[in-house]
Amino acid sequence: MSDMSEMSEIAVASSGRGVKFRPVTQDSSFARYTLIATAVLFLALFLFAPLAIVFVEAFSKGIGHFLTAFDDPDARAAIRLTLLVAAIAVPANLVFGLAASWSIAKFSFPGKSVLITLIDLPFSVSPVVAGLVYVLVFGGQGLFGPWLAAHGVQIIFAVPGIVLATIFVTFPFVARELIPLMEEQGKIEEEAALTLGASGFKTFLTVTLPNIKWGLLYGVLLCNARAMGEFGAVSVVSGHIRGLTNTIPLQVEILYNEYNNVAAFALAVLLAGLALVTLGLKTFLEWRHADALFGRARRH
Amino acid sequence: MTSPSLVGKNARRFAAPSVIPGFGLTFGYTLIYLGVIVLFPLATLIWWSSGLGFSGLYAIASEPRVAASLRTTFFISFAAAVVDLFFGLIVAWVLTRYDFPGRRLLDAFVDLPFALPTAVAGISLAALYSPNGWFGAPLADYDIKIAFTRWGILVALIFIGLPFVVRTVQPIISELEAELEEASATLGAGRLQTVIRVMLPPLAPALLTGFALAFARSIGEYGSVIFIAGNIAYVSEIAPLLIVVKLEQYDVPGATGIATIMLAISFAALLLINLVQAWSRRFGHV
Repeated sequence: MSDMSEMSEIAVASSGRGVKFRPVTQDSSFARYTLIATAVLFLALFLFAPLAIVFVEAFSKGIGHFLTAFDDPDARAAIRLTLLVAAIAVPANLVFGLAASWSIAKFSFPGKSVLITLIDLPFSVSPVVAGLVYVLVFGGQGLFGPWLAAHGVQIIFAVPGIVLATIFVTFPFVARELIPLMEEQGKIEEEAALTLGASGFKTFLTVTLPNIKWGLLYGVLLCNARAMGEFGAVSVVSGHIRGLTNTIPLQVEILYNEYNNVAAFALAVLLAGLALVTLGLKTFLEWRHADALFGRARRH
Repeated sequence: MTSPSLVGKNARRFAAPSVIPGFGLTFGYTLIYLGVIVLFPLATLIWWSSGLGFSGLYAIASEPRVAASLRTTFFISFAAAVVDLFFGLIVAWVLTRYDFPGRRLLDAFVDLPFALPTAVAGISLAALYSPNGWFGAPLADYDIKIAFTRWGILVALIFIGLPFVVRTVQPIISELEAELEEASATLGAGRLQTVIRVMLPPLAPALLTGFALAFARSIGEYGSVIFIAGNIAYVSEIAPLLIVVKLEQYDVPGATGIATIMLAISFAALLLINLVQAWSRRFGHV
């Protein structure tokens, strides 16, 4: 980017005699404006419009109707369940992310790249398939189904199944932010702390953690957004029992299918708001703490 | 570093010796958690489908309704990834090479499909393109129907896949060397010629990777599609939806068969990505 602005300064400087020169590395202004217009129009149609209509529909009958949607006990139960699921799934994957990145980045052992590939695996599995595999393990016809039924434990069509499916789909988020970051930072600082007599845990708390805190927060943000918004995987294992096993996205689906548009979009506003906050914080971290996030392979 | 006392202490020689503690604990936890949450459930799926055997899988895949849904999913995902490839390249180019007011905001917004829950995307796209929606109403005047047809699926998958192309291509565009462009221009190439013959070829591996990522994601996409698709059997029913339908009918083998075929497709896409990256590393691009 800075190269470009230098170029244009040169261009301005050399166009003193009324003749405009364009640096050879710059596109003609016709091409530039056409491409910018195409990109802006495409993003407006495909990204802005879907976001905008969530708010427009939610407030289409006034703020009163919007707020009524939250008086519904089923909606409140859905909000509580979503918070509960995220409160279990995110810390679980946070602890896993720390353990995985510590063992992968600070040690060398055979099969490391296979392990990293396996950690990324849930991202290439369809959410519906993610839900299905738990049905195959814990469902009525599943592997442990008969045993669980005999002991009165219900996992599928109950909260534990929703939590498990959510953990599955958000599994790699924290680990994949931390592994490249910690590999980049190496282990010299930790070795110094240990040599100077710090315990392993103290080294982690006072040396490693401050180094990775922004990357960690970044991973947790993305993990949380997905955990609260997951639909496909949760839909398969939930059973859609109103007030009991419906998360916010599932409640949105039910309301929408009942043609209760305002209520559906009112709950959707919560999720869209979450998405906007996540995007805002993510952009802030990338802008303010780019160095601390450096080294991560940007792919989702 | 290689003193024998350390070797014994650190996880029985599996990992290279190190003064850093905690390998056994963290590595063990990683393997157990990975095994319980991801590998064991996926292995159960493989085990179930191995019970079906190839003939069983083939029988499920050639059921007319299943075959239709797999075709729909595959071809529309491919088409959406092609659209994303084209517009994703333009968006990435514009965001990286040009400066204009609102560029940062636009850049941040590209990640919206990652952040917006799929169910929300689904109902808002359905509202936009339904016959009385913002886009649906004007299109209806020209007898064009998007929502509740295959075109609706295409629109949803374009939405879902776009950031994969943009985010994969962007870093490579910003690493393009100005010297190459200058050399090309000095040697007499026009701007368009420089862009097509000098600047686009190094982007090819990233474009292909972005394409494959968008495609793989589209194959499995569920939430954003089902609201706008209309879900008409044989026409606009996607494979993930059919898994749900089969489960609701307690046809677990049928659901497992479709899931196995979908997994195979997305792993093939993943393999393609790895091959492309290995190939591009060999030729010096990122």
